[in-house]
Amino acid sequence: MTIKDKAAIVGVGATPYTKRGQSFPETEFSMACTAVLAALDDAGLTIKDLDGFSIYSSSCDPAAVAAELGVPEVRWATTLTSGGGGCAGALGVAAAAIDAGMATTVVTLMTLQQLNKRLGGSAVDGMLGYALMSEGSSPYGGNGVPPSAAFTANNGLLSPGHSFALLTQRHMHLYGTTREHLAEVCISQRNNAIKRPTSLRTEPITLDDYFNARMISDPLCLFDYTMESDGAVAVITVAADRAKDLKQPPVYIMSSAHGGTGRWGPALFRYFQIPDDEFASSGHRPVAKRLYEMAGVGPGDVDVALLYDHFSPLVIMQLEDYGFCPIGEGGPFVAEGNIRYGTGTIPVNTHGGNLSEAYIIGMTHVREAVEQLRGTAVNQVADAEIALVTGGPASLPVSAALLRKG
Amino acid sequence: MSDFGPLTQGVFPSILHHTHGDHLTQPFWEAAAQERLVAPRCTDCGTFRLPPSAFCFNCQTRDVEWVELPGTGIVYTFTVVRHPLHPDLAAACPYASGVVELDGTQGAGARMLVNNIDCDVEALRIGDAVEIVWEHVNDEMTTPRFRPTTRT
Repeated sequence: MTIKDKAAIVGVGATPYTKRGQSFPETEFSMACTAVLAALDDAGLTIKDLDGFSIYSSSCDPAAVAAELGVPEVRWATTLTSGGGGCAGALGVAAAAIDAGMATTVVTLMTLQQLNKRLGGSAVDGMLGYALMSEGSSPYGGNGVPPSAAFTANNGLLSPGHSFALLTQRHMHLYGTTREHLAEVCISQRNNAIKRPTSLRTEPITLDDYFNARMISDPLCLFDYTMESDGAVAVITVAADRAKDLKQPPVYIMSSAHGGTGRWGPALFRYFQIPDDEFASSGHRPVAKRLYEMAGVGPGDVDVALLYDHFSPLVIMQLEDYGFCPIGEGGPFVAEGNIRYGTGTIPVNTHGGNLSEAYIIGMTHVREAVEQLRGTAVNQVADAEIALVTGGPASLPVSAALLRKG
Repeated sequence: MSDFGPLTQGVFPSILHHTHGDHLTQPFWEAAAQERLVAPRCTDCGTFRLPPSAFCFNCQTRDVEWVELPGTGIVYTFTVVRHPLHPDLAAACPYASGVVELDGTQGAGARMLVNNIDCDVEALRIGDAVEIVWEHVNDEMTTPRFRPTTRT
């Protein structure tokens, strides 16, 4: 017994997306509330119906949102551990709660405002803080620096970009992946973003533009990094039998899985003890296996893939780990045009993704999957029946969901 | 002159001035002060683990013996950091940091994440042979770094 087809996404709501800091004077909290109300309205539901929160990456405090909006009774409030790896997995937790009768109407959301903080900045600021302030006031807590951190503090590898550069360099070494391959991901997604009113990056980029961009951390240049942005996106999940009577065409959750190999563990950010066979990967392989098994489909059945793209090479690694091409052949696979909207065999990130539309820690990918399966996407994939959505390759759990048109 | 002290291109400054050692890690730092690379090895299954941890990830045994390693290894992966994390660190860029697999260990589970110094960052490659060099930050802290061994 699984959650297959037991629940459906029936509502999507979002604030406008803005560049980093430009959502002010809105706050993360106010944007979360706006997105929740918009998602309920989209479903034809109200706050009186909401009784569950299934979140990830500490997106909000359900207690505060419920109190602010006047939720009559909260019956479910869970979060997946770790960070942006969990967005698609939180949909599975919502479905499990509903299938178990623990809640009826569950919201999954992310809200982000990078005004005074920058994601990835916490580690950088914290580690640099060792040099600039009393070590006793370290951001790791009142007890100061953990003993294991002393082994890596002086190596200058402190940001997410550094971490993913290390995976990418290894992938290039093992498989011959090139910067041209990364460029194809960036250019393809930018082309998708150009037509969308929600996109924050709409100027076309060429291969020359890519190679003229400044290098940040080899082999990653400016275009390989996600942008930093503000906004909130929420989706509402209810039981499948209830979904058909609501306002929107239901989008069924065929399957959802989260987790990963134990020794992937915290993986990045000063760990890097991942076994050889999994090092140059997205960490998603065990999740992909369970995801397809639960749904009873394979990669050949997926019509559109929304792959978490904080860094362009991780799109290539996920294409391999989700079986769209053999391990190590992701670079040539994208170079052959396979991920392009309109002409490719598996259109990827038709919304432009984190690289070109906006970065709301995975929820823009969920939103795009729902729009594709409702048939309302800006870059609509013809006859899209099944969408794959993934969470960010990072510390465990990483996650994914397969969604199906109603 | 920055808040980080005088900077050298290619060398990330030692921003941590104390080892923060505990019962698991202190033997590493005491050996480091003597310019010796040691690592804890599981007394049951022989698996090395760095940074030192309470349990063996292979067999869950807690006991370790400290083994001196030759201090050589190979570059497993690396990045050349060209954009400084902080404007005051610009003079240290570009620097090459990454993962080294240590000779005498099983590899994964005992890798070190280090700044590779004394090298042409444009010429460094995965698989290059490297050796440890010790930077004495102060009486307590001695930071390990690596540099390419002489190529023939």
